[in-house]
Amino acid sequence: MALDTETLTHLIDTVRRFVDERLIPIEPRVEEENAIPPEIVREMRDLGLFGLSIPEAHGGLGLSMAEEVEIAFALGRASPCFRSLIGTNNGIGSQGIIIDGTSEQKTEWLPRLASGEVIGSFALTEPDVGSDAAAVALSARPEGDSYVLNGTKRYITNAPIAGLFTVMARTDPSVRGAKGVSAFLVPAGTPGLTVGKPDRKMGQRGTLTADVMFDDCRVPASAVIGGVAGRGFATAMKVLDRGRLHIAAICCAAASRLLDESLAYARERKQFGQPIAEFQLIQAMLAESRTELYAGTSMVRDAARKRDAGQAVTLESSCCKLFCSEMVGRVADRAVQIHGGAGYMADYPVERFYRDVRLFRLYEGTSQIQQLIIAREMLKET
Amino acid sequence: MKVLVPVKRVVDYNVKIRVKADGSGVETANVKMSMNPFDEIAVEQAVRLKEAGAAEEVVAVSIGPQQAQETIRTALAMGADRGIHIKHDGEVEPLAVAKLLKAVVEKEGPELVLTGKQAIDDDCNQTGQMLAALLGWAQGTFASKLEIADGGAKVTREVDGGLETIQLKLPAIVSVDLRLNEPRYASLPNIMKAKKKPIDAHEPADFGVDPTPRLKTVKVSEPPPRQGGIKVESVDELVEKLKTEAKVI
Repeated sequence: MALDTETLTHLIDTVRRFVDERLIPIEPRVEEENAIPPEIVREMRDLGLFGLSIPEAHGGLGLSMAEEVEIAFALGRASPCFRSLIGTNNGIGSQGIIIDGTSEQKTEWLPRLASGEVIGSFALTEPDVGSDAAAVALSARPEGDSYVLNGTKRYITNAPIAGLFTVMARTDPSVRGAKGVSAFLVPAGTPGLTVGKPDRKMGQRGTLTADVMFDDCRVPASAVIGGVAGRGFATAMKVLDRGRLHIAAICCAAASRLLDESLAYARERKQFGQPIAEFQLIQAMLAESRTELYAGTSMVRDAARKRDAGQAVTLESSCCKLFCSEMVGRVADRAVQIHGGAGYMADYPVERFYRDVRLFRLYEGTSQIQQLIIAREMLKET
Repeated sequence: MKVLVPVKRVVDYNVKIRVKADGSGVETANVKMSMNPFDEIAVEQAVRLKEAGAAEEVVAVSIGPQQAQETIRTALAMGADRGIHIKHDGEVEPLAVAKLLKAVVEKEGPELVLTGKQAIDDDCNQTGQMLAALLGWAQGTFASKLEIADGGAKVTREVDGGLETIQLKLPAIVSVDLRLNEPRYASLPNIMKAKKKPIDAHEPADFGVDPTPRLKTVKVSEPPPRQGGIKVESVDELVEKLKTEAKVI
């Protein structure tokens, strides 16, 4: 680990305090307005949250994976929308440039992503391209020293506020599958790029997703990440690999919040003349949640350490994403059960979290896709 | 102008305080410790003075065990330039702290010392005043507003009757109250940079001060638990009980 314990503790304590004093109290307002208040966005920028994983040389904190997941454990205790706001700049919106970008691309974009001045957005999913990510259909037709983009991207996180899109597009229509795909950096405002109306989602209000349409959108050849066409899919997969550990850590954080809410409620709520926390059937639910949370947290820490040590953790990342996203689903379900009728009411955070955490099993690879990756990696090993 | 800010490491304000079983003090083992909140306000004010160009350097000083350096780091992360740590395990009383601070002031030559009005652990509210007396400096206590101009400090004080505004000649001691400002969150990059800022380590003996307590703590006990309320039948009974039991009228 690059940081000493004292500094890391100080970082984590600061994020925890910010979460408790500033983010959690504002959750009902964010839910109501479907937007994070601008002053909170500014405070998140001032705090340096947008640059956690961006190298120090480019204005970020350059945290190791093990350090980043500790911050995620703290930040994810607040509504997932706050995590999503900074999530793309730390993950899918910047990692493509960090991992495969040219030095010009790094210098141009990373400092602005690290400061939060520019919000990065990652555009892979299309109306007909989801789990079959290599089937990207959005076309990028080479024309002289530029490419012309045509097509539609779907459910793109932070698209309405993004300043920069990482766009997966097919540069070679004659090559089916992964090899014909390239990754482009397309600034918002480029002629021919339009963002649709924000999607109406089940939960995670405060995070905006939308369609992104490309209509004869012309970008220079220098917009290809790394400068070489045909490597986009490989870039996308590397980006998602790291993101999965971050998401898994966020799932653990949400589970720990749900558990705290459940514990507090069980102590307070009285039935049959005593707090419901005294009843063994309630205790069983609390204990199961706590045990699963501990397992998830331990997995994430282990995988993060291995990644920092230079090991390939494709299998471990998928294990973490699979287990932790399913785990937080079960913890949320129990949290609602412990709350009884109150858990179905919008007055209690568990109702909102129950809807919010459902997404974790879907995005950045569904649980089924994680299972396929894990199996594929195991079969490769034998 | 140089500003000196003494900062104290105390039990975090969110922690539920527990008294040790033997009544000798408050439990501090495995308890989260933080900077005294009033001192945080003092650091914030000093950093704002620096940002406004009214101060050139902000020095944070702490007297306490090795871990007091973490409290100094917090000040450095908020924007103080360097730290001074006077290492002392065990209790220190306001007078000893004031004597040590006097020695630091004589060595450093600040024009302004910004202190918290009191620490939330012992609530003494003495150190700033004692320091002013030892140095023979002007003092403005319980500041809710502070302006530095023309070699002086205009301090608005929170007093029982309302607000009192006084003009002090520099150098001066100003102890700060809750409403002076809202301290910032140290940014994550600044927390990392704070590690590289210098902290000078000293012992009380370096300044010729003996910090041995002069007072002896006889007993520490928890406040009595709140009694349940009762319902009275009539106004007469209420008046009677207020007279004879509560003894408030």
